[in-house]
Amino acid sequence: MGVLSEFESKRLLARHGVVVSRDKLARSADEAVAAASEIGGPVAVKLCGPSLAHKSERGLVRLGLDGHDAVRLAAEDLLAAATTDDGEVAVLVSEMVAGHRELIAGVAVTEQFGAALMLGLGGVLAEAIGEAVFRLLPVSEADCEDMIDDLGISPLLGSMRGEPAVDRDALTATLLGVAEAAGEDGVQAIDVNPLIIRDGQPVAVDALVVVSSS
Amino acid sequence: MSPTPFEQLFNPRGIVVAGASTHPGKFGFVALHNVLAGGFEGPVFATNPEQPTILGLDTLASVEQVPAGAADLILICTPPQTCADILRSAANRGIGAAFIASGGFREAGAEGARVEEELIDLARSLGMTVAGPNGQGLISTPAKLAAQIVAPVPPPGPIAVASQSGNLVSAFMNYAAHSGVGISRAVSAGNAAMVGVVDYLSWFAGDPHTRAMAAYVEGVGDGRRFAAAIREASAAKPVVLVKGGTTPRGAQAAASHTGALATDDRVFDGMVRQSGAVRAATIEEAFDAVAAFATQPLPAGPRTLVLSSAGGWGVIAADAVTQSNLELIPLPADLEKAIDQLVPPRWSRHNPIDLAGGESRDTIPEAIHLVAEHPEVDAVIYLGMGIQSNTASHLRSGPYFHSAELDRICEYHERQDSRFAEAAAEVSAQTGKPILAATELAVTQPDNSGPATVAARSRYCFPSADRAVRALHHLWWYARWRKRHG
Repeated sequence: MGVLSEFESKRLLARHGVVVSRDKLARSADEAVAAASEIGGPVAVKLCGPSLAHKSERGLVRLGLDGHDAVRLAAEDLLAAATTDDGEVAVLVSEMVAGHRELIAGVAVTEQFGAALMLGLGGVLAEAIGEAVFRLLPVSEADCEDMIDDLGISPLLGSMRGEPAVDRDALTATLLGVAEAAGEDGVQAIDVNPLIIRDGQPVAVDALVVVSSS
Repeated sequence: MSPTPFEQLFNPRGIVVAGASTHPGKFGFVALHNVLAGGFEGPVFATNPEQPTILGLDTLASVEQVPAGAADLILICTPPQTCADILRSAANRGIGAAFIASGGFREAGAEGARVEEELIDLARSLGMTVAGPNGQGLISTPAKLAAQIVAPVPPPGPIAVASQSGNLVSAFMNYAAHSGVGISRAVSAGNAAMVGVVDYLSWFAGDPHTRAMAAYVEGVGDGRRFAAAIREASAAKPVVLVKGGTTPRGAQAAASHTGALATDDRVFDGMVRQSGAVRAATIEEAFDAVAAFATQPLPAGPRTLVLSSAGGWGVIAADAVTQSNLELIPLPADLEKAIDQLVPPRWSRHNPIDLAGGESRDTIPEAIHLVAEHPEVDAVIYLGMGIQSNTASHLRSGPYFHSAELDRICEYHERQDSRFAEAAAEVSAQTGKPILAATELAVTQPDNSGPATVAARSRYCFPSADRAVRALHHLWWYARWRKRHG
């Protein structure tokens, strides 16, 4: 089994209607600076390659970079930090997605029931809190609506701290898109983490698609 | 037309108890006792090579002597090594179904597993259906059949039970006997070598004597097949599931967060919800739920009103409603006005409605009518029934009953509580809305005329307000699933 790079993972999800952050792939520090100018505002710069599963743990993610110098420095650092095991790498320059609420969505293959779709509470405490609900694939629209209801965080889905309520139709569409993406040939598992709620709309800020090696 | 395998199990023309015993401590004795005492109306045969009669029944030396075509079911209580010959003889006499109660099979180790596999292969080649082995038997009240090696024998009713554990079948049946909400069919799947819990549920779903089903499972075998069967059963009738052996094992500890969060129980829970079954954490909660499904209409929505003639329980019920999927609606203005006509001004004037002891003779039945008929109310929790009858019971057993001529007031109290219970059942039937009555007297004083009348009206009296709310939560959950997925 292998993984697609964050960039490829998000492109796959976007093809199925999942809204992803604005991203540009850069091969060099210069390209990264140009990409950041095009995207505008503060950006995130991440090392990006097909063998990188745990970027944050390895310190390969730099957030909220503002200005050419900061972007250039980060891109140079990250490209230098890549090891030969990481294979062919680039840096991904992404818009910063602002939102207080982070969810996680994904698909995993379970021993007993086969592929299942998940929606959970995201962020750094996601696994510790363990607030997550599953449905077996294939799922219907009603199944996705049930998942949102079952999540047990309904106060979190209303309007809060100046942000509008979560657009439930958009979240349902995101879940259906993730489920549909899992149906593509060779796709074994999907992680969308975090799925940040910006102005009520879910945006995939990072994603990992696990594929069969062949 | 020959009967289907499940008809042979639950509605046999005749039954054979293989391995009937004279020793009252043996399963082979209790099995025959239960079949005879249960009043099964078809022919009953018992085999015992040595004793000519047991419990007044002439025994047969072997299964070969059973008249051809006289029986459909054989209940086997003999050791594993004897079962193959018995199955061959049974098939030869036209018997299509066997319940093997005996233990010593898969649960006992590798040798037992081998014997079990051979036996199932044999049964398939004979065209026989085998339930068990290592199960306590089955109950089928429409057939007055108690083919079971233990007690209890429950009253007839609308609940069907299938379980991977025999003593949890007994637990459901004990609750049924106590509450008066009875059993249609109940079966212990034992090792489920050929027929498993979901196979029984699939049959119960089409059984006209069953209104709701309860099941206890540990392993689920083929997960996808299990899910499909549960979904099909749930589409027909409510299914309440309890799962034992919940482990925190994840699916893939590897790279993905989703995999790490995909514990067996979370995925099982999602599968159950997706399939429309109701999951209960305990047998007690499961019985409350299945009894509610079996005796109440489904709510059309979550809007819940709590009606109480006494304070504290109303507050606890309201707390429970707010922590459920139900909605504790504000008291509609026209309802407030109407209730104001019934009682003195000190009543609560909000939901929960607490009448604060201000009621006269007809207040409670009238209030039940008013709240249940209100278009903004989908369901009612009714509390406070039985309090006066409890006092009556105390007065009756006290030293002043005769000298103070207390019989008239006692009878009045008892009649009143009975009327209240009747009103709850009648108005629920008229309006098609669930009205769940709850009092701890259902457990502490079941012959109190309040809970006793609830039972007499074939309804379930919940043992507490919070348990009634939990059951109503399950009713609404299932009703909503039917709306969304129907």
